[in-house]
Amino acid sequence: MSAEKENWTTIITPRNSFFRLNLKELWQYRDLITSFVKRDISATYKQTILGPLWFFIQPIFTTIMFLIVFGNIAKIPTDGVPQVLFYMNGIILWNYFSKCLVSTSNTFVTNSAIFKKVYFSRLTMPISNVISALVQFIIQFILFIIILIAYKIYGANFKLSTAVFAVPLFVLQMAVLGLGLGLIITSLTTKYRDLTHLVGFAVQLWMYATPIVYPLSMVPEKWRTIYGLNPVVPILEGFKHAFFSTGMPSFTEYGISVATTIFLLFAGIFIFNKVEKNFVDTV
Amino acid sequence: MSETVIKVENISKFYQLGLINHGTLAKDLQGWWAKIRGKDDPNSRISMVSNKNTNSDTDFIYALKDVSFDVQQGEVLGIIGANGAGKSTLLKILSRVTSPTSGCIKIKGRIGSLLEVGTGFHPELTGRENIYLNGAILGMRRHEIDKKLDEIIDFSGVEKFIDTPVKRYSSGMYVRLAFAVAAHLDPEILVVDEVLAVGDADFQKKCLGKMDDVSKKEGRTVLFVSHNMAAVKQLCDRSLIIEKGSIIFDGDCGEAIDKYTTDEMSEFNKFLPSVKRYGSGEAKIVDFIVDPKKPECAKEIKFTFVINSSCEIKDASCAVSFRDSMGNLLFQFFSENMNKTYVLKPGINKISVSVPQCPLVEGIYRSSLWLGKNSKNVLDFCEDSLFLKVFYNQEGKFIDNRKYHIIFDSNWSD
Repeated sequence: MSAEKENWTTIITPRNSFFRLNLKELWQYRDLITSFVKRDISATYKQTILGPLWFFIQPIFTTIMFLIVFGNIAKIPTDGVPQVLFYMNGIILWNYFSKCLVSTSNTFVTNSAIFKKVYFSRLTMPISNVISALVQFIIQFILFIIILIAYKIYGANFKLSTAVFAVPLFVLQMAVLGLGLGLIITSLTTKYRDLTHLVGFAVQLWMYATPIVYPLSMVPEKWRTIYGLNPVVPILEGFKHAFFSTGMPSFTEYGISVATTIFLLFAGIFIFNKVEKNFVDTV
Repeated sequence: MSETVIKVENISKFYQLGLINHGTLAKDLQGWWAKIRGKDDPNSRISMVSNKNTNSDTDFIYALKDVSFDVQQGEVLGIIGANGAGKSTLLKILSRVTSPTSGCIKIKGRIGSLLEVGTGFHPELTGRENIYLNGAILGMRRHEIDKKLDEIIDFSGVEKFIDTPVKRYSSGMYVRLAFAVAAHLDPEILVVDEVLAVGDADFQKKCLGKMDDVSKKEGRTVLFVSHNMAAVKQLCDRSLIIEKGSIIFDGDCGEAIDKYTTDEMSEFNKFLPSVKRYGSGEAKIVDFIVDPKKPECAKEIKFTFVINSSCEIKDASCAVSFRDSMGNLLFQFFSENMNKTYVLKPGINKISVSVPQCPLVEGIYRSSLWLGKNSKNVLDFCEDSLFLKVFYNQEGKFIDNRKYHIIFDSNWSD
């Protein structure tokens, strides 16, 4: 009898245990994650003329726009870094973050139809979103590197720092931060739809609270501490430092950012777990 | 003794009625702000404001109440019940789409659910890409799909269009492709909810055949929910009847269907005083008996008029006509057509007509009764005074004819 009991593969109970990050289950669905990533990438640019070129067009045009508005009209300095590289560096990493955040925070709302019909590990959805955004980031990053090399050849004055080796870590942290925060928001959207509207423009506003169109050195000294609490700042600064050897974020600042990221990830998974089981009844 | 693969223990699920909150954070905050100032929540429903102290227990509805049952390995379990009885909730809980409010379910093996075919199809992707995507959503591994790809495409019958985006598919093609993927899943336990309602008769037959294979040949366990009693009968060994969230019957499939259909029968195959009735009234139809009580398609059926006459009437004749549920006249049995007239004596008279092969297929029909004299004088006419419910043929004859109301035997050359 007891031997038989141990054989159950699934036990369905009213509530998830307090903290259940079911990595084993997630691993079983790895093929599904790959399928979703493929779907996202191939479906986005189907029936378009330019196709994957859109991956490049968006950052290039944003860079040109920033160049005109912030570089030439507002004449905001860029710490001696060539403007094009300065803007592009910030844009691609920020884009990756905002994409992770926005798509994750829409998980329940956009996928409610499918979630209502069939069960699979719900985390596969946000994770595949983060991965497909990563593919886009990598393509844009390659574009950035090409332009960087071109500038170097034409003798622009900047040098790489050893932090270049930490670039994958910066990207990873951005992904985790976007994912964690997104999970919290999407869990709340099952009850409060307001958040779906909020996220869209909050991300835009947040961008201006981050050193993308201006260097960190322009932020007044007395605001620095509060400014440093923005977890995205040290990541972006580190990313900038890696390529241009500009100012490095202090270890305290970076430490706070990493701690915030980890906290948000765990809080996100915790709330997501609580909501995922019954959200079909409320959405 | 085979192994128990599903053990459902005291499952209950209740839903909250009405709004769960005000739907938006702003209104929730507004309500909370009003409460702080000691005012009524401006967004609450009026009834809630006036009955603040009443217990709102009634705002919950039990979709399932204390449901327990076991399923053995290789069993095909039918689940029947009226709309809203809780069948779909049960399946949703079993397939983990939602969770029970209390109770516990233990499952051995992988569950594949077909709650709706085509879940997760992406319109921009081609048929082939969607097979992979849909398969993965349903829990298949990539190499499993690779192995079965040809079989799936073949089963779906859309080979020609397999590299066309599914948004250009006809709805029939779409559904066939979707079912093909789902049918080739290899879960130990398959949960099926009314998928047979789609596709043409030919495809339905193919699906039923496939499901039969899955259970009988491959020894998998199937839970099957359907309103199509013929399909349930054909596939299942055992059935549950669910009514208002509880299991009211658990046992042999034939018995279950009998019980379910009898419960449903109360207003069928019974003479109902008709709303529209006219005639001279010298003689009146007082009852109209259908024999057997549950007539089957292509089996013998007998109708008996019970007539109360006030005097002796010569040259009386009877007719019973049938309409389909849309009101189209189908046919009638008229005694004079068979050169038969009767003499009614004062008091109760019985006149019967028997048909060796009921020509109506499974379904509900409306019957009007006519009693007359000398073929034109109407003694009594009762419009729509009987709802005739015909059942499918137990031997499986004419089972795929639901679209055509009328069947008859025909002799074909060898």
